[in-house]
Amino acid sequence: MSSTPPSAQFLLLFRHSQAGPDPTPAEMEQIMGKWMAWMKGMGARGEMAGVNRLQDGGRVLRGPKVEVTDGPFTEAKEVVGGYVLVNARDLAAAEVIARGCPGLVMGNTIVEVRPVEPLPAM
Amino acid sequence: MVGHLFRRESGRLVAILAGRLGAAHLHLAEDVVQDALLRAMQVWPFTGVPENPSAWLLQTARHRAFDTLRRDRVLAKKSPELAPLIAETASEALAAPPPQFEDEIADRQLRMMFVCCSPVLPVDAQVALVLRTLCGFGDREIAAAFLASEAAITKKLVRARKQLRAARVAIELPPARQLAPRVASVLAALYLLFNEGYKASHGDSLLRADLCAEAIRLGELLAAHPLGDGPATHALLALLHLHAARLPARVADDGSLLILAAQDRSRWDRAQIARGLAHLDRSAAGPRVTRWHLEAGIAATHALAPNYDQTNWLHILELYDALVALDPSPIIALNRTVALARVQGAPAALSALEKIPRRRTLESYHLFHAVRGQLLLGAGHPVEAATALRRALALVTVPAEREFLQRRLAACAEGERTAHHPGSGNSH
Repeated sequence: MSSTPPSAQFLLLFRHSQAGPDPTPAEMEQIMGKWMAWMKGMGARGEMAGVNRLQDGGRVLRGPKVEVTDGPFTEAKEVVGGYVLVNARDLAAAEVIARGCPGLVMGNTIVEVRPVEPLPAM
Repeated sequence: MVGHLFRRESGRLVAILAGRLGAAHLHLAEDVVQDALLRAMQVWPFTGVPENPSAWLLQTARHRAFDTLRRDRVLAKKSPELAPLIAETASEALAAPPPQFEDEIADRQLRMMFVCCSPVLPVDAQVALVLRTLCGFGDREIAAAFLASEAAITKKLVRARKQLRAARVAIELPPARQLAPRVASVLAALYLLFNEGYKASHGDSLLRADLCAEAIRLGELLAAHPLGDGPATHALLALLHLHAARLPARVADDGSLLILAAQDRSRWDRAQIARGLAHLDRSAAGPRVTRWHLEAGIAATHALAPNYDQTNWLHILELYDALVALDPSPIIALNRTVALARVQGAPAALSALEKIPRRRTLESYHLFHAVRGQLLLGAGHPVEAATALRRALALVTVPAEREFLQRRLAACAEGERTAHHPGSGNSH
């Protein structure tokens, strides 16, 4: 256990794509189990600062005339399914955390790691 | 070991929703349940598992069913009474207190069991449909269990759903006058389901054990209901438990298959044997003796024997005689010869083997040649025995069984050697 607290936060953004046939119930349970174990591990190690699942629907607003559509969800190949905010020392450490995402191994998830811009000091 | 929450939930939810929607919309029920499980898989890692996962899944599936029905105007026009019905009864089910809910689920699953085993469907389609709707197996897993292609299984299921729709099969418990034959067809399907898992011919062992466990679970579900709580049901359950009890001892440490004679009986599951015997007890209540009674009797005789040699073979032979009278299947007659050999010796068994009716159907069955080889060896004909065992080897597909046959073949060679070189006392 390091005594110096991690100094930065990073957003792990999960983009899911529907590739291949649906998993069977037994396979789904297995996949879910892996995700939950990963999430639990991040929580136990104090890496997790926040987590949210995003619902599928939504609105996208565009342009000065404010065209409202039902989101890019229908045309995009990947859908942002949720995010986790992690505490990490630096980008490399955040990447190490992200590498544990089970969706990577299964090939249906892209994980985007983005440093959160710290607030400017006064 | 992977838990089977999703499979179990899938079976329960399909039974509940199909019960609301009717057999004509069985596929819709399956689809929305699949969707609900997919959503759970995507959402729960982020939100945590809800306090009542079953209720969450049911509600999600119900919403999907609603949406689908609403969107599908053609369907809605055809059956405008559907949508309100789902809303009403599903929310009723949700609001019901838990114990009643469990009862209701058992009842729904039982109804589905009778639908899946409807006489309008061929028996292999019945088993596939049971696995799909009641056990939550995917087409891929059913295909693996049956050694069929996934496309073939999907096609079989599509046809089965169509047949149910065309025959206007209702999701209900059979009326009293049809009860006996309808229960009999459920029992036959469960037996096949178990047998798919029990036979060692193919597939991975975990999947096979699941099939056995599901057959027993559904059988217990049937036995727990007044309609299914009959002697034949208990006889089948006795048989399944007694066979399943031997599963842990069937495979040696090196992975090879062990025949009954070679099994370490201390590895038999005693608790499961006790469950089997308890069912056998309850199966004796009626006047009718079914094949399940006789087969369970045979399995119980084995289970109670201290070892292979001290088995009550005479009793087993009597049970086989009764079984052959009930079912003239050449396979049963073949199994009977094994018991006959223990009681009357290999020559008597060999001559019975030659007299099996429709014996030709057994020619392509490796066990026929394996048994014949064993009997020939026992009767002192090692050369002919080796020929029979080689034919069995040519037909066998399981490596473990192949190894077993090869060992028997080695014993033939040994027998041949001693036959050609008799003891020195005779030479002079």
